[in-house]
Amino acid sequence: MSMRLYAVFIYIFLYAPIALIAFFSFNAGRYAMDWQGFSLDWYGKAFTNPIITKALVTSLIIAGCTSVIATTVGTLCALGLERMRGSLRQLFDALIYIAIMVPGVVIGISTLIAFVTVFDAVNPALEAIGMARLQMGLWTVIAAHVLFNLAVVVLIIRARLAGMDRSLVEASEDLYATPFATFRQVVLPALMPSILAGLLLSFTFSFEDFIIAFFVAGPNTTLPIYVFSSIRRGVTPEINAIGTTVLLTSLALLVLAQFLLRPSAKAR
Amino acid sequence: MPQLAPISRSKTVTALLVAPAGLFFFFLLVLPLIVVVIYSFGARADAGGYAPAFTLDNYANLPARGQAFFNTLTLAPLGTLLTALFAYPLAYFLAVKASPKSRTLLLVLVIVPFWTSQLLRYYAWIMILGSKGIPSWLAYLGISDLRIINTPWAVLIGAVYGFLPLMVLPIYVSLEKLDKRLLEASADLGANSWRSFLQVTLPLSLPGVATGSMLVFILLMGEYILPQLLGGGKVFFIGNALVDLFLQSRNWPFGAAVSTALVAIMFVTIVIYMRFVLSRGDVRRAALV
Repeated sequence: MSMRLYAVFIYIFLYAPIALIAFFSFNAGRYAMDWQGFSLDWYGKAFTNPIITKALVTSLIIAGCTSVIATTVGTLCALGLERMRGSLRQLFDALIYIAIMVPGVVIGISTLIAFVTVFDAVNPALEAIGMARLQMGLWTVIAAHVLFNLAVVVLIIRARLAGMDRSLVEASEDLYATPFATFRQVVLPALMPSILAGLLLSFTFSFEDFIIAFFVAGPNTTLPIYVFSSIRRGVTPEINAIGTTVLLTSLALLVLAQFLLRPSAKAR
Repeated sequence: MPQLAPISRSKTVTALLVAPAGLFFFFLLVLPLIVVVIYSFGARADAGGYAPAFTLDNYANLPARGQAFFNTLTLAPLGTLLTALFAYPLAYFLAVKASPKSRTLLLVLVIVPFWTSQLLRYYAWIMILGSKGIPSWLAYLGISDLRIINTPWAVLIGAVYGFLPLMVLPIYVSLEKLDKRLLEASADLGANSWRSFLQVTLPLSLPGVATGSMLVFILLMGEYILPQLLGGGKVFFIGNALVDLFLQSRNWPFGAAVSTALVAIMFVTIVIYMRFVLSRGDVRRAALV
């Protein structure tokens, strides 16, 4: 019984802050912890504020590109690593763990230094032949995000590959399917759930990331960068409105995904 | 692991499969980290940034940021420990006590907070722990002048709050795999439930605790947002020192030395920890399943 009480306490602990954010998104006043009555104004203001909508679009583009590239490259890498033995494979294993272990702040710093060094070296030459200078932009954030998420995707896909039923692959090969046909008809469908998980996870990590983008986004503002700077400046409930909308959207997508995936699960 | 049939093992295909990832790792991880190490032996250019040199001054200068190292190296392990202590009973409840029907829903509910912006969740804690939050309610009870926000306590509360789900899941998985017959056997042999827990359940769930602690520790060591928002610049971590060195004071070589030191400390700690975990046969067997 006391365990149940403890569980209730923990769930309150987990959800009270979120409830607080959602609650104050409906505040008519502009100050935190100062309830002035119910209002939906901040939702209207947030979604007509050009800085916020631009930051939101920037974050969606970065997270979209990151998740697709990281999942593609990561899946290919996991498939390749499975065919490899020896020291090269150990090298890749080490790189994957290093990519996960190195803190975001160090990834941000090291990619910043690397980009700046390359830009300084290449830009004079580019200018000389009349081409545009290289500079920080969405692509630098995407590149740094892919690096981190790539490692996560490889681990997810690899776990699935390890648990896969080999006899299906062998059967397909015995029936003279080409390696590509075997991949498309046997391996890919079996990997699908993990590929989707990889997409979802890398999208979330990229959309949520503050620290890497803080270093390599250049003049661009992502949503977390905007939220961070407004927390330091003093927040208006616009931020609460955006946060609540993002939470509700992701919950709706989660429920929708459950709903869409259910029939196929039954068929199996 | 069974080998693939020879027909699909062309070396060229293998190389093409891993090449894109290899390029990412080389250009965005290996090369940048090497550059950071090279920078850490350099000097600060007059206008900030980096000037080529070979000096150990930056490393000799590390004690100048000693407070950041001290805070990180005390609060990250302490935060990990507290998170494990708070997560364990919940994972136990979910795996052992909760009815199978409600279990899935309760597990999903542990993860859902991750779908709200981390920044906003910490912002909520600024409000809760700030002067208009808990301290003002306590003032009604006659406990006045209690300051929580911008203290190490706020950072620890934030750590438990932010990383609890990451700790609950691996512990849950290891508890769920546990063979319930072992507990019956233990009871049959006259152990009371507390003794059964200490001698059967707890040791068998240690791999989950080890995995979760590792995960949380790695993330806490590199934290920037948590100490920035809940420590309010008073309780700062190495991550905060790094942002300051690179973006404000623009002393890149010193920042590079601090980064190198941080990664080296993490690496050594993790290797020692793995050795310790791996030296325990029971934990190793279960952890590698």
